[in-house]
Amino acid sequence: MNSINSLSQGFAVQADVVRADTVQVVQEASGLFSWTWLLIALPLVGAAVLLLGGRRLDRTGHLIGSAAAIGSFVVAVALFIALLGESGGERSYLVPLWEWFNAGGYEVRVDLLLDQLSMAFVLLITGVGSLIHIYSIGYMEHDERRRRFFGYLNLFVASMLLLVLAADYLILFIGWEGVGLASYLLIGFWQHKPSAAVAAKKAFVVNRVGDMGMVLAIASMLVVFGSSSFEVVFAGAGSGVTTGWLNAIGLLLLLAACGKSAQFPLQSWLLDAMEGPTPVSALIHAATMVTAGVYLVVRSAAIYDLAPEARTAVVVIGAITLLMGAIIGCAKDDIKKALAGSTMSQIGYMMLAAGLGPAGYAFAIFHLITHGFFKANLFLGAGSVMHGMNDEVDMRRFGALRAAMPVTFATFALGYLAIIGLPPFAGFFSKDKIIEAAFAENILIGICALLGAGITAFYMTRVMLLTFFTSKRWADDAHPHESPRVMTWPLIGLGALSVAGGAGLLYIGGGIVDWLEPVTGEEHHDLPLPLALLIALTLTTVVAGVALAWFMYQRRPVPAVAPAGNPLVTAARRDLYGDAVNEAVLMRPGQYLTRSLVYVESRGVDGAVLGAANAVGGLSSRWRRWQTGFVRSYALTMLAGAGLVVIAMLLVRLP
Amino acid sequence: MTAPSIEYAALLPMIIVLGAGVVGVLVEAFVPRRPRHAVQVGIALLALVAALVQVVRLRDTEIIGAVGSVAIDGPALFLQGTLLVMAIISVMFFAERRIESGGNAFAPAASSLPGSEDERVLVRDRVLQTEIYPLTMFSVGGMMLFPAANDLLVMFIALEVLSLPLYLLCGMARRRRLLSQEAAMKYFLLGAFASGFFLFGAAFVYGYAGSLEFAAIDAALAARVGQEGLLLAGVGLMAVGLLFKIGAVPFHAWTPDVYQGAPSQVTAFMAACTKIAAFGAMLRLFYVAFGGIRTDWQPMLWAVAIITMVVGIVVALTQTDVKRMLAYSSIAHAGFILTALVAVDEVAIAAILFYLAAYGLTTLGAFAVVTLVRDAGGEATHLSKWAGLGKRSPLLAATFGLFLLALAGIPLTSGFVGKLTVFAAAFQGGAMPLVIVGVVTSAVAAFFYVRVIVLMFFSDPAPEGPTVAVPSAWTVVGIGAAVVATIVLGILPGPLLELAEQAAVFVR
Repeated sequence: MNSINSLSQGFAVQADVVRADTVQVVQEASGLFSWTWLLIALPLVGAAVLLLGGRRLDRTGHLIGSAAAIGSFVVAVALFIALLGESGGERSYLVPLWEWFNAGGYEVRVDLLLDQLSMAFVLLITGVGSLIHIYSIGYMEHDERRRRFFGYLNLFVASMLLLVLAADYLILFIGWEGVGLASYLLIGFWQHKPSAAVAAKKAFVVNRVGDMGMVLAIASMLVVFGSSSFEVVFAGAGSGVTTGWLNAIGLLLLLAACGKSAQFPLQSWLLDAMEGPTPVSALIHAATMVTAGVYLVVRSAAIYDLAPEARTAVVVIGAITLLMGAIIGCAKDDIKKALAGSTMSQIGYMMLAAGLGPAGYAFAIFHLITHGFFKANLFLGAGSVMHGMNDEVDMRRFGALRAAMPVTFATFALGYLAIIGLPPFAGFFSKDKIIEAAFAENILIGICALLGAGITAFYMTRVMLLTFFTSKRWADDAHPHESPRVMTWPLIGLGALSVAGGAGLLYIGGGIVDWLEPVTGEEHHDLPLPLALLIALTLTTVVAGVALAWFMYQRRPVPAVAPAGNPLVTAARRDLYGDAVNEAVLMRPGQYLTRSLVYVESRGVDGAVLGAANAVGGLSSRWRRWQTGFVRSYALTMLAGAGLVVIAMLLVRLP
Repeated sequence: MTAPSIEYAALLPMIIVLGAGVVGVLVEAFVPRRPRHAVQVGIALLALVAALVQVVRLRDTEIIGAVGSVAIDGPALFLQGTLLVMAIISVMFFAERRIESGGNAFAPAASSLPGSEDERVLVRDRVLQTEIYPLTMFSVGGMMLFPAANDLLVMFIALEVLSLPLYLLCGMARRRRLLSQEAAMKYFLLGAFASGFFLFGAAFVYGYAGSLEFAAIDAALAARVGQEGLLLAGVGLMAVGLLFKIGAVPFHAWTPDVYQGAPSQVTAFMAACTKIAAFGAMLRLFYVAFGGIRTDWQPMLWAVAIITMVVGIVVALTQTDVKRMLAYSSIAHAGFILTALVAVDEVAIAAILFYLAAYGLTTLGAFAVVTLVRDAGGEATHLSKWAGLGKRSPLLAATFGLFLLALAGIPLTSGFVGKLTVFAAAFQGGAMPLVIVGVVTSAVAAFFYVRVIVLMFFSDPAPEGPTVAVPSAWTVVGIGAAVVATIVLGILPGPLLELAEQAAVFVR
């Protein structure tokens, strides 16, 4: 066995952090675990086959793609069972693959790290990913580019898996960029819609801003630790690195996480990403891609534990985003956008929890997984509604669909109950834990989280009422119908998970918190108020939100065109001026900068550059005169060159 | 006096290849015209594969054989193996007959006047040029000897053996023969000129050291026998001969003209293999023979490396012809490799060995793609014709794009790992300024590589654009091998790097 240091030993012990008794030792993988690479290889090969295979695979492409994703899920389940067979402290395996390069004292190895944290993500990605594949068989049935779509989906799954399994930030970054590329392709899949193309571009550009954070973070690690592997970085974080560096790295990683996870101030792309594409790709972003940022923060726990300022920043960003997303979700008439706002808000909860340190890491992941269940359920439900309504997305054109689409309605309702956090549905357990932890940390943060729960209840009730209750407001040519089975079965599966997932994860076999504890550590703060009171308070807030929505939408007729609202509503409809802010803060100054640069360049720099260019051009044309012509000029050059070489040799010898 | 002992087993790879050349000449004389092409291709491939097998079997050999004139050691065998792989792929490209509808890329008879009645008859009768195969074998044999030569005279002979057939091959293009013949003529005259410098330098060095063998020269350097001026001038002049072969500035002028005029298959062969052989020879000469006076020649090579990188990249920026652009790119790559060469240690040798293998395969593939983009006049090499190629033929454009990215040194391609190792070696050798120039010029270079990708994928196709020929399995397999190598060496370079590191010791 290699002398592999313990990863979690690496993060040094803070006074108030209570670590697990069992020290998590990273072992070199053997047996079944050495097959971990198969998780990534299956969808990657699937993507290669589908994208390079050409037309002859058009008929079977969707089956190949789904088989690759499901195969990966089967491997994941097998690995999970094998991990369960190990004792708590021995569930971390390093799977060495190969050395990528080793140059100038900087070594990058392509290794995979399978531990409790990555296992949870692998199950989520492959599980939800497989359901999306199956669902897409039906949803994309009439699209002639279905094979390509499945190729992109496979690419997405493979990249996402590489992201969560990598044992080196640089390898993680490759998966990170792969996810960015796949999402660009998926958002812009229906390129014939200009909105889709623009949205794809926007997602790409905004993500690049976050990626800069990632690149700089990796560069800083190289400077400080001389390596970007988890092993070295986490071990080094605890030994003598200044807090300043750790804070810097933490903040840069946070910037990266904000980009991928659509957190303030890089949130704007997610809402637009809902504009163009299919609900399917909307979902793959909402349920999987946006969790990458949360993963990054939790994985970097060793850094954040020792970087209090960076951690505070994570909490603040999480709190801002959770409120922003919720407010935006209240004002959207497009069902996918309402859900997208809700996603932002829920990811905000996770970030907030992750920022609380060891007290919150496990709950962040817990909520992430339950959210994966119910948000997938809701998005697929929305897709099912759209499928039956001629791709209509405006909720003001829905209404009273519960009779026409009973299965969709029932499963959507389960997802709804889960997200607003009513017991005993999944969201209750996970969200409640975060609110508890938030209150224990700081009363203000706790109030933000509580308020968010109330607003969530309001906007989700609104979505529910406008879609399935109230009166019919259908377009004239709409004939709503239930979706085919290949679409409803995934809904039913996810519906069941929305009901039982939360309690199941929390209580069965010691639950997710114990499972993750060797990776994330554990910490308890005392609540400032009794737990029962807090739960009662949360539920009251939720019920108040539901009731408000009921009075506003069920008791009053819904106008077909959105009425003018107060400034807050208008602001929310415009994504709280996220784009305007981007425009004012980034785009305009950027344009001014480019313009002034162009000006400076055309006047000043161009003088120099053009001068240089002219000089180069002059040289070039002189060379070209030699080039077009005669051997004698070539020979002359060579002779002159030879003379110079000999003179240079002789000159060096002169004292 | 006893007869000299020759280590035939160690020399067997070269003997096989040169022997196949001789057999090929006999085939020209005795085998009827109809089966001749197949026979020649068969002999060539068989000999190359057999030689490759023998090289692999020799892998741990370390001897100085043939009475001190040939060294078979790690670098020599690594480079011979690399050369043989490239030569196999090149012969596969030569054997391509589908894109010229039955003919190959060469004129049926090199002596016939372009466009004359003779030629028309030959074309009509589907006469195939087959002398190219023995010529190629001779050239490959010379290339294999070049990096193994351990003696000034053998090195010169190897230089001539590899060069003379190449001059001929360059002049035999089926299309645009005048351009081709002009290129051959220029290459020949300048090559002869450069050989003259090399021989002159060798004579000076002999005059100083009193021996042709590298070990003896090294010993003479250590003994400081005086008359240093003779030695320094000799080293400089020999450097000129070798720098000419690798296409370093200011001895590069032939490169664009010859690369453009020669049949693209020959250009591919030449660009990949000549560079490998010449860098191998240069490594041995400067490390084994002249290693003792490295402080004398390092400044000169520093200067050459810098102007080679700068000139190669700057002039490449304004090129409008694909083949000329690749030619200038090859000049710049010679500069990148030179940065490591001046470092003089084993890390540098390993880096150069890896770089040559990676670069060679990518270049072979890139020139082979050029042969497939055609219009009525043959290959459409003007860049404007390549606009929108990605829309017409996405697979071909993606392949070429991959090669360009590798040449630009983008991560996950072989070019990135190659550049990284070369610059790391230069950095460790204390050549920081070279690394800075290398990185800056690489950044500039990315512009014109990516510009071609943008042109292919984001421009509208020209209305009367070229068509993409459908090649036979020969070319497809060759390009496929280059693609696989470019990707695999980018993602999983470990095994080859390790091999290069193990091979990086010269026998002295």
